[in-house]
Amino acid sequence: MNPPELKYTKEHEWARIEGNVATIGVTHFAQDSLGDVVYIDVPAAGAEVKQFAKFGEIESVKAVSDLFAPLGGRVAAVNEEAKKTPELVNKDPYGKGWLIKLELSDQSQLKHLMDAAAYTKLTASGH
Amino acid sequence: MVPFGGWDMPVQYPVGIISEVRAVRNSAGMFDVSHMGRVEFSGPGAVRFLGTVLSVDMPALAEGRSKYHVICNEQGGVMDDAIVYRLGPERWLLVINAGNADADMAWLRSRLAGHASSSGAGQAVKVEVLSQSVGMVAVQGPKAVEIIDGLSGGAASLIKRFWLGEANVAGVPCRLARTGYTGEDGFEVMPPAERAAELWVKLAAAGVAMCGLGARDVLRLEAGLCLHGNDMTVENNPIEAGLERFLFLDGEGYIAAAALKRIRAGGTARVLTGFKMVAPGIARHGMSIVASGQAGALRQAQGAQIGVVTSGTHSPTLDAAIGMGYVDRQFAAPGSRFGIDIRGKLVEAEAVTMPFYTRKKM
Repeated sequence: MNPPELKYTKEHEWARIEGNVATIGVTHFAQDSLGDVVYIDVPAAGAEVKQFAKFGEIESVKAVSDLFAPLGGRVAAVNEEAKKTPELVNKDPYGKGWLIKLELSDQSQLKHLMDAAAYTKLTASGH
Repeated sequence: MVPFGGWDMPVQYPVGIISEVRAVRNSAGMFDVSHMGRVEFSGPGAVRFLGTVLSVDMPALAEGRSKYHVICNEQGGVMDDAIVYRLGPERWLLVINAGNADADMAWLRSRLAGHASSSGAGQAVKVEVLSQSVGMVAVQGPKAVEIIDGLSGGAASLIKRFWLGEANVAGVPCRLARTGYTGEDGFEVMPPAERAAELWVKLAAAGVAMCGLGARDVLRLEAGLCLHGNDMTVENNPIEAGLERFLFLDGEGYIAAAALKRIRAGGTARVLTGFKMVAPGIARHGMSIVASGQAGALRQAQGAQIGVVTSGTHSPTLDAAIGMGYVDRQFAAPGSRFGIDIRGKLVEAEAVTMPFYTRKKM
């Protein structure tokens, strides 16, 4: 369920690393707990985010949740499609439902993230 | 599952809140509302007693009819909102909110004790709590009547809007009330408690979608219907809550009449208004409403608090963020703009007339 090539946080975000750019989204577990996503608030391109700091909000019909950056860097792109059609996060959390792309400031931060096996174990315990 | 008024209730079923809302708007959905308080009042004194505690013209309520109303204390504070149904010449059913049921009943019983000591012979009132013995399933949506009709041999559609009747639904003997809390046509179906689960399964088999509390909250807000505990509490009066049309104040001995007439004559400083978000963001219960832009030029300094959000959500039917809240009266006119403090960020909203959604008449 959780793609093996991605990195994960305990706050249920994922990162796909391609060179010096990371695509960020929320996991299947996150979208399933939130329910129907109706609103996404993320910073515009150019903004700086810090690893594990709050960078935005994601809101479903029933709840709002903070988004935490898996990695630090500068926002290189925002998924305008997902902002317009937030249900993409529910339908395709690891694909069309991505949120932002980051130009990484420090590749060594990757060592603080979980791999798919560790994350799957975390969510299996109900967190 | 979440705790709700002393019951475990589903927020949503696996298809999710938006799909459940769409089912009710486009076809038919059902809600297990067996948690709601149901109390029968009967006897020769019941009509007079109920007239003293409900904002309803009790003698005028015909057999088989129902009336939405508010239950107010002597100060005019809204203790609950409720529906009263006349079941027979001397029998009435009162349906109250689960979370208020204990407080309502304690208050009603104390009023009844006073009534009994002052009214004397021939005015007996019997009170029977039916909450545990009778189930209740609300079946709502444009196809609800057709589906229940099919399961009741055509008996359901003979019951007019806001009326009450009895029929076998899928073989289960039920009381049927053509009322609801979604803005759609439909029934609140009351089977014996021990057959409620069987009825639920048969309704599901007939194509009625299962819906939870989350969808119910979205639907009632789209329809501009208040939720007691959110949009009004005992601290509010029904006039500022926009419920004046549900007040009958001329009943014999109605206990809130004096207070409510005084409030009505004096006007209220704040009023419950509907709003739509103009900028992206979703208002939620408890957020501050503040003066902004053109509204601020009226009287209040920009940024001054002028109200509070009581309900807010994303409306899938309108594809817009909507809400309601109390605002100072001068900001309540449709078209007035104000800011909502969404976790420290001011997001603009505009006052609009409720309901947000009105069903198409068949």
